[in-house]
Amino acid sequence: MAMSPRRRAEVSRYVQYGVLALLLLLVALGADWGTLQTQFLNGEILPQLFPEIFSIALKNTVLYTACAFVFGLVLGLVLALMRLSSVGPYRWLSTVFVEFFRGVPALIVFIGFYYGLPVAFPGRVLPGGTLGVVTVALGLVGAAYMAETIRAGIQAVPKGQVEAARSLGMSHTRSMVSIVIPQAFRIILPPLTNELILLTKDSSLVYVIGLSLSDSELTDFGRRNLSQYVNLTPLFATALCYLIITVPLSIVVRRMEARADRAR
Amino acid sequence: MPDIQVDTNAPAIDVQELHKYFGDNQVLTGIDFEVDRGQVVCVIGPSGSGKSTLLRCVNRLEEPTSGKIFVEGVEVTDPDVDLDQLRSRIGMVFQQFNLFPHLTVLDNLTIAQTKVKKRGKDEAREIARATLEKVGLAHREDAYPAHLSGGQQQRIAIARALSMSPDLMLFDEPTSALDPELVGDVLDVMKDLAAEGMTMMVVTHEMGFAREVGHKLVFMDGGVIVEEGDPKEVLGNPQQERTQSFLSKVL
Ligand SMILES: Nc1ncnc2c1ncn2[C@@H]1O[C@H](COP(=O)(O)OP(=O)(O)OP(=O)(O)O)[C@@H](O)[C@H]1O
Ligand SMILES: [Mg+2]
Repeated sequence: MAMSPRRRAEVSRYVQYGVLALLLLLVALGADWGTLQTQFLNGEILPQLFPEIFSIALKNTVLYTACAFVFGLVLGLVLALMRLSSVGPYRWLSTVFVEFFRGVPALIVFIGFYYGLPVAFPGRVLPGGTLGVVTVALGLVGAAYMAETIRAGIQAVPKGQVEAARSLGMSHTRSMVSIVIPQAFRIILPPLTNELILLTKDSSLVYVIGLSLSDSELTDFGRRNLSQYVNLTPLFATALCYLIITVPLSIVVRRMEARADRAR
Repeated sequence: MPDIQVDTNAPAIDVQELHKYFGDNQVLTGIDFEVDRGQVVCVIGPSGSGKSTLLRCVNRLEEPTSGKIFVEGVEVTDPDVDLDQLRSRIGMVFQQFNLFPHLTVLDNLTIAQTKVKKRGKDEAREIARATLEKVGLAHREDAYPAHLSGGQQQRIAIARALSMSPDLMLFDEPTSALDPELVGDVLDVMKDLAAEGMTMMVVTHEMGFAREVGHKLVFMDGGVIVEEGDPKEVLGNPQQERTQSFLSKVL
């Protein structure tokens, strides 16, 4: 039986829709909706989570992530500039740092910081308590990733920009600060926002250092209530809270990328 | 920071025995070359002959391998010279404009004035607006470079250099990246500048401009100056065979 290419594409599309509908039907029939609701969206447990899920957990997740991101961004910029420096030891230091913190799981960095630091420097603690540990530990990991992104951004600024700046009498530092770095950050805004999304999720790793309720962030909060109620509703609510943060960021990234595409 | 001592009797640009290598590749071979104050000197020659390299050595965007360069009597090649201050007195215009895309036209013109020349914001703006007026783009001060045509961008780039009140201007093929119909506007600005007595060194393929405006024409080939002299003489009656064969191809 001969089919025109268009007819064939049409049939293939119907088949795809058909398979999808069948799968959904199987899931819907196979799932135990009653249990699912009591387990994931329990109307009695859900209200109990408020207001702490927002006033403590969500707030702390945002706070930890924001502090770690800012710390990581500043350190990442320093590392990127070191990587591009003409001084050899700066380049090596930066490379070693980046390779180390990119290559090691963030969880190990957290544990290392929390338990290792008091061993290495007896009697000293990071200022800022939990926030201090998260800022530094997560910030170091973020810095390693962002350093590479920032370096790529700086190198993506055309050489003519520096030449124009220098020809006007700007020093090397002034050209970097006023001309190159602002342009580099425009170029890398989308990947930096992606990094912020990753950090938001990685902030959950802080649970390994053990948190008091007031320091609790979303994942820790979800786990506490999970064991308290022996019900998945708190975890489900927590997951939704992460999406409240990450989905808007994703949309922002996609907008920025679309705009960059149009400008090209 | 002591101001650089300018010698008012010295030539604007004085290049002596300049050699430049890129790795093993010798690009300039013993260039001797002068631009007097108020002169417009045009440099022509085939692609790869070293024109841009020579121009870029004058403000040390390119590091000379050996030889000396003086600008208004100040040795550019002196390792201890205050390069930033020196460069702020030498305007430069690039083939690709190189405007700062993240800044408005007005900010493009004021940033070096305030950061390098330490002029106040108001003074810098006033000067910027006056130079924009001069290149006929006063109405575009709030635009971003991406929203301007190539010809407008190049006129802004000239205005950016001029707003530093330079003593001399270097141009590296300022019209080569432009659509033919936009070349005229840029050349007009450069002619006005020449008429005001600005010292200019211009690498160009615009023989008409060289003939009409230039006081001296330099023909380069293979890293040496093959012939130089009055533009009308060199263009009309070239003495060297290499000049003749180049001109027969471009004219
Ligand atoms: N940064 C560089 N590194 C290595 N070689 C270079 C560099 N810049 C220029 N060269 C080489 O030096 C030679 C002269 O280049 P230059 O740009 O001065 O020529 P030009 O006369 O300006 O040519 P064009 O008319 O194409 O602009 C060329 O062979 C070029 O390949
Ligand atoms: Mg050139």
